[in-house]
Amino acid sequence: MNNKYNPALFWFAVLNAVTTFLLIGLGGLVTSHEAGMSVPDWPNSYGYNMFLFPIKDWIGGIFYEHTHRLLASVVGLLTTILAVWLWLKDSRKWMQWLGIAAFLLVVVQGILGGLRVDLRMAALGIFHGTIAQIFLILTCAIALCLSRWWTNSETEKTIAVPRGLRSHVLYVTLLIFVQLMIAATMRHQHAGLAITDFPLAYGKIWPATTPEAIAHYNATRPPGTIGDSITAFQVNLQMIHRCVAYAIFLGVIAAAFLAKKKLGAADGLTKFAWFWLALIIAQIGLGAWTVWSNKAADVTTLHVMVGASALLTGALWWLASARRTKLAA
Amino acid sequence: MKKSLLLIVLGLFAAAQIHAGDVTGTITFKGAAPAEKELTPIKDDPNCAMLYPAGLPKTKFYVVGANGELADVIVSLKGISDKSTGASAAPATLDQKGALYVPQIIAIQTGQKLIVKNSDQLVHNVHTQPTANPESNQVQMGGGPDLTYTFDKPEAFLKFKCDVHPWMFAWVTVVDHPYFAMSDKDGKFTIKNVPAGKYTLEAAHRKLGTQTAEVEVKADGAAQNFTFEVK
Repeated sequence: MNNKYNPALFWFAVLNAVTTFLLIGLGGLVTSHEAGMSVPDWPNSYGYNMFLFPIKDWIGGIFYEHTHRLLASVVGLLTTILAVWLWLKDSRKWMQWLGIAAFLLVVVQGILGGLRVDLRMAALGIFHGTIAQIFLILTCAIALCLSRWWTNSETEKTIAVPRGLRSHVLYVTLLIFVQLMIAATMRHQHAGLAITDFPLAYGKIWPATTPEAIAHYNATRPPGTIGDSITAFQVNLQMIHRCVAYAIFLGVIAAAFLAKKKLGAADGLTKFAWFWLALIIAQIGLGAWTVWSNKAADVTTLHVMVGASALLTGALWWLASARRTKLAA
Repeated sequence: MKKSLLLIVLGLFAAAQIHAGDVTGTITFKGAAPAEKELTPIKDDPNCAMLYPAGLPKTKFYVVGANGELADVIVSLKGISDKSTGASAAPATLDQKGALYVPQIIAIQTGQKLIVKNSDQLVHNVHTQPTANPESNQVQMGGGPDLTYTFDKPEAFLKFKCDVHPWMFAWVTVVDHPYFAMSDKDGKFTIKNVPAGKYTLEAAHRKLGTQTAEVEVKADGAAQNFTFEVK
């Protein structure tokens, strides 16, 4: 066993991380298409063994839900292999346990997805969506720790990243995580758009949420195909989502300028911070587009995927900066 | 003795009928209803799109006549409970036809059978999303056997949906007494055989909310109109 760069193991971990990212996208499509319950049984699919469910029956919402299950099985298999591989070939004890943690998390995540179907509990979808984000960070962190940059960096000269900057990025990343939990709660209400205009909200900076106002919104808002009535809670939740988005935007701008000031414009982490800012700007644009498109499934799913990318970028930035700082010490 | 008892029962029944009347009325809509939306997701499903070669159907949230007659409003008496005759009532029917629920709005009693049919040659999943009754999610193959539902607790606009075809919805209001009706395309409703007395009458539209009015039912019944408005 050793902890030298192992290209096969590294690229396998990258494959697992990329597949996980695609799985989050497919999960986003399931929810965006309101297809989560289109296959009413689990672990079977319409009574078939999941892997033998005839392709001709992959129609409508079933297509999204069933392919999500199949891709989840692939991620489960890849994660299991990765955990065993790490256990056998990586000398770092903590890496071995990271592999085990990923394995346990993918099992929990699979069961949670199944229970959401079998128990018909929409609220479990919120946890399922949130754990998916943690799992993505974990798989990407494993890949980062297996990378040539990480394993060979002990011999390279590095510049420490100031603690204030690292803390700032960590807090903004945690805020993005909170934002994704809010988003998961919004999506798993399955009520369509709670506020139908942007940048204003029902023509105001902060919309009224009195019973009369909510009744008026329900009577006059353009009917989506779902057409459920919205509640004051849902309106307030979307407003909080918007406010947190602005806070994240300011936080990431600050992170990029701080990185430039403290590390220099040419530093890799500074460039990575600018990329993070670009993601956040794109994400705000996609959020607006989600509203303007009346929550079109493809736009909303792209919003989910860029949101996951923004969280991941913050987490990997922090991890890389912590690594650099430790080596510089 | 038996004959006397029978006469007494018949007499009481007749007396009850004398002191029962119909509650009637008309529901009208004032203002401009929001435009209905074309069910564009149907386009993404070739099996369903072929059912509509001449154009896609639209949502039917506001069924309004030329003179403002508003259909699909559930009108019921408030404050009555545990008077359901649902167990002996004729079953109500909900069909899935052309990848749509028909009708989209329906009202039944607690304990009354609701038969869900699938007239399509498509698989549907019948997914109920109640707030007071247990949730269920059942497969119904194309042209497959009917599914039967009963609900024990009253609730307004219990949602039925199909997740295979996510534009398919129906809303079933469950009432625990027989004193309810739904407005027809002329906006008219009739609640039959309401015992004489004072009641609160509620009119509920799924998008326009609810309104109430106090009514006194006499031997010749009572009349009460409602006007819904979008301000």
